[in-house]
Amino acid sequence: MATLLDVRSLTVELPTAAGRIRPVNNVSLCIERGESLGLVGESGSGKTMLALALMGLLPPGARVSGEVWFSGAADSHGTDGRKNLTALDERALRAVRGREIAMIFQEPMTSLNPVMRIGAQVEEAIRAHEPDIRAETVRRRAIAALERAAVPDPALRARQFPHQLSGGLRQRAMIAMSLAAGPRLLIADEPTTALDVTVQKQILELLDKLRRQLRLGLLFITHDLGVVAQVAERVAVLYAGRLVEQGPAREVLSRPRHPYTEGLLAASPRLTRAPLTPIPGSVPRLDALPPGCAFEPRCPKRLPECAQALPELRAASPGHSARCVLIGG
Amino acid sequence: MTASQALLDVRDLRKSFRRSAGTFSGGSESERFTAVDGASFRVAAGETFAIVGESGCGKTTLARMLLRLIEPDSGQVYFAGENLLAAGGSGLRALRRQMQMVFQDPFASLNPRMRVGEIVAEPLAIHERALSHRERRNTAALMLARVGLGADALDRYPHEFSGGQRQRIGIARALILQPKLVVADEPVSALDVSVGAQVLLLLQQLQREFGLTYVFISHSLPVVAQLATQVAVMCAGRFVETGPARQILEHSRHAYTRQLLASVPEVPLPK
Repeated sequence: MATLLDVRSLTVELPTAAGRIRPVNNVSLCIERGESLGLVGESGSGKTMLALALMGLLPPGARVSGEVWFSGAADSHGTDGRKNLTALDERALRAVRGREIAMIFQEPMTSLNPVMRIGAQVEEAIRAHEPDIRAETVRRRAIAALERAAVPDPALRARQFPHQLSGGLRQRAMIAMSLAAGPRLLIADEPTTALDVTVQKQILELLDKLRRQLRLGLLFITHDLGVVAQVAERVAVLYAGRLVEQGPAREVLSRPRHPYTEGLLAASPRLTRAPLTPIPGSVPRLDALPPGCAFEPRCPKRLPECAQALPELRAASPGHSARCVLIGG
Repeated sequence: MTASQALLDVRDLRKSFRRSAGTFSGGSESERFTAVDGASFRVAAGETFAIVGESGCGKTTLARMLLRLIEPDSGQVYFAGENLLAAGGSGLRALRRQMQMVFQDPFASLNPRMRVGEIVAEPLAIHERALSHRERRNTAALMLARVGLGADALDRYPHEFSGGQRQRIGIARALILQPKLVVADEPVSALDVSVGAQVLLLLQQLQREFGLTYVFISHSLPVVAQLATQVAVMCAGRFVETGPARQILEHSRHAYTRQLLASVPEVPLPK
């Protein structure tokens, strides 16, 4: 069975006043059906740009190279549904977007139409991909979608407007909309960052349940290592557009092999009041990346060679690799 | 007198707002909404008193009332034994220079048209009018050095700095009058993890150096755990539990606090 999402050497170039920058720089990663991958990075790491590239939603002027192989549903012509998203035209992409790959965002209010009832928005999401379906069927499926996203009293909520819902309920409504067309991959970009912790916990549990039930591939983007520990089976860590470490979540978080991942863990406040160790300095600007490892200027373990050439991703253990010269050296 | 024993003594502070019915909600009736429903607490000098709660619990309204940026409906605030709410004119100004605020968003809280040197020295221009321009500038440079920024920052504009650096600028401005009390409202929640940790450690270091007392407002229990000596857990305008940080974090007695603690996605500790 083919891998659901197979990203190979994906690079996104953007023109800026200071020249072309690469917010996503030669990133390769995989997601199997039903698997959750946590994509971790700080602001400017390229995590959102990567998600937009997968959806073909990049800003004008962006240049994409590399391949994004996605295993969609087999079609009636007998083709297996596997396609390279970076090679599709806008029309073909539109058939994938929403239907086979869906996305939810940090602030549901900005993605919901404020003057349209919740139910109508879910119905619209269903009808966009199945235009010929009967009105009564759409209505029933919209309510069922809200119910699946654990929206209490779905028939009542369907008649309400987004502003009448709490932040947590809006995010549930967004999840209902995004899953209405039966996608195989859900990209969730910081979906709980704007929510209170008690609500965050419920949404994370809901996403986890739906992933298992629907065998949904989940690409979960976050800056919060605690959230990653809770939702992700595997983790990929981005720094300045590059993948610096990836592997099984439990292993990466308990035995990080890249000094940046280590630094993030040491800088995260904990209830246990374990002493904090910040990472000195700040993230480099993408138009002024150092020639070697982008983390070298802030790295407590740097060697002279780190400033000269970009290290390759090296295998630390099966399925766990990091872009650091300290591995196997 | 009890008020003189604590640097800050807050008694039964209340504030409600009129919530007008929204354009789309259909009704025209407006109702009153109680943001802070009787908060009482005392903060001894040198403590870090953290107020933690979810969005809408009233913590920011409470923080602003402590500095009289919002006028309370009722209650009292004693600062170093002085009745803040009864003070006016020069008396109020004298109290206010001893209490300063650090804001959440370092992008919104610094005037983009002012140079950093002017931003940091501005409180001196208001409270220390006898100082010359040069003296103010020198003091600003010293203060910037204390928060880890070079003198070259003086003539630059806020947009030239990263989020963490801007928060340092905000802290320098808050400390330039050498206040006794600093109210920090979510000072690290807009920052990346690695930078947030820098700012938390800086706040701790400055507290020792200047003998500061903090009231620290946050939605994040792990962040509060890092800094607080006392914790108040706020829900729907009231404190549901108050006590020493260790007691609240490790032996909480209140169901709401426990629920909050149980919801925190804990970052595993590497081996």
